[in-house]
Amino acid sequence: MTTAAKSFASEFRAGFIDMAPMLLAYAPVAMLWGASAAGKGFSVLEAFLMSALVYAGASQFVAIDMWREPLPIVLMIVTIFIVNLRHMLYAASISRSMGEIKPSLHPFLIYVLTDEAWAIAERRALKGPLSLGYYVGVAVPLWPTWFIFSAIGAFVGKDLGDPVVIGLDFAFAAMFISILMGFWKGPRTGAVIAVSGAVAALAKYFIAGGWYILLGGLAGVAAAAALHSEDEK
Amino acid sequence: MNGLFTLHWTWLLAIIGMGLATYTTRISGLLLMRGVVVEGRLKAALDAVPPSVLMAVITPTVLMTGKAESLAAIATALAAFLRAPLLVTILVGMVSVVGLRWLGF
Repeated sequence: MTTAAKSFASEFRAGFIDMAPMLLAYAPVAMLWGASAAGKGFSVLEAFLMSALVYAGASQFVAIDMWREPLPIVLMIVTIFIVNLRHMLYAASISRSMGEIKPSLHPFLIYVLTDEAWAIAERRALKGPLSLGYYVGVAVPLWPTWFIFSAIGAFVGKDLGDPVVIGLDFAFAAMFISILMGFWKGPRTGAVIAVSGAVAALAKYFIAGGWYILLGGLAGVAAAAALHSEDEK
Repeated sequence: MNGLFTLHWTWLLAIIGMGLATYTTRISGLLLMRGVVVEGRLKAALDAVPPSVLMAVITPTVLMTGKAESLAAIATALAAFLRAPLLVTILVGMVSVVGLRWLGF
């Protein structure tokens, strides 16, 4: 085995291990989505296709909520675009840590960049540039998990239990809180978080749809830019 | 039962459209950064993307749902602050939210 292949394997394993808890959360949430889709008339094939092609959980729940005949296709596409605009910030931020990965692979790798994969990759990126193996280990296994369990959920249908009972609805929030703490760099981070949270709350309260993530996120980023003084590195 | 392999053509169109819209959000972040030198204020801004967006994502759950969720979020943050591993931290969050709801918060 060449050194490169060996290090791909060990880096893949490191990424897979960091991401593994997420597999346990993805599977039931995907099944829940599949079951809601089945409730709107989705076949197993349609649920599979949507989870494989769109692959963005929150926006898929939004789309299912909007699903009715006749299908408001344009409105749905625009809504999904807005709900998913945060991925633009994710990709812009993580691309800075992808310098050691062949650029021709970037368009493929970015396809599987979900909230969770991105958050875990950014945490690793605090220590240095990402390797191809690590990124693949984090981001790729989640994709089949998501679409396979979506299809299973659509097959099982409405008989799934209530995720609120076992606290599953809180699992992703807990993960994001945990990763958020890893980005703490002092009072400025506190200011960024406070501004983001305040704007997101206002946006969530006053504006329908998924704007709150983008508006809160941008407000926090703007606060960070404003707090930066030119004489520092 | 909706059938296993039924495919409505308009639904497929909607699914492909939503897939393209989502991929556009992902790829545009890459294209935007191509050839950009990241330093100074831009670097400060991009460094703030992870904490800022993560906070915005959790705001409705953590701040706008109920006492149980807000208190569970504090317990979760505490576990993370004490450097508990990710899986343990998630379990702390889930167990405390279930417990707090059970206690009637």
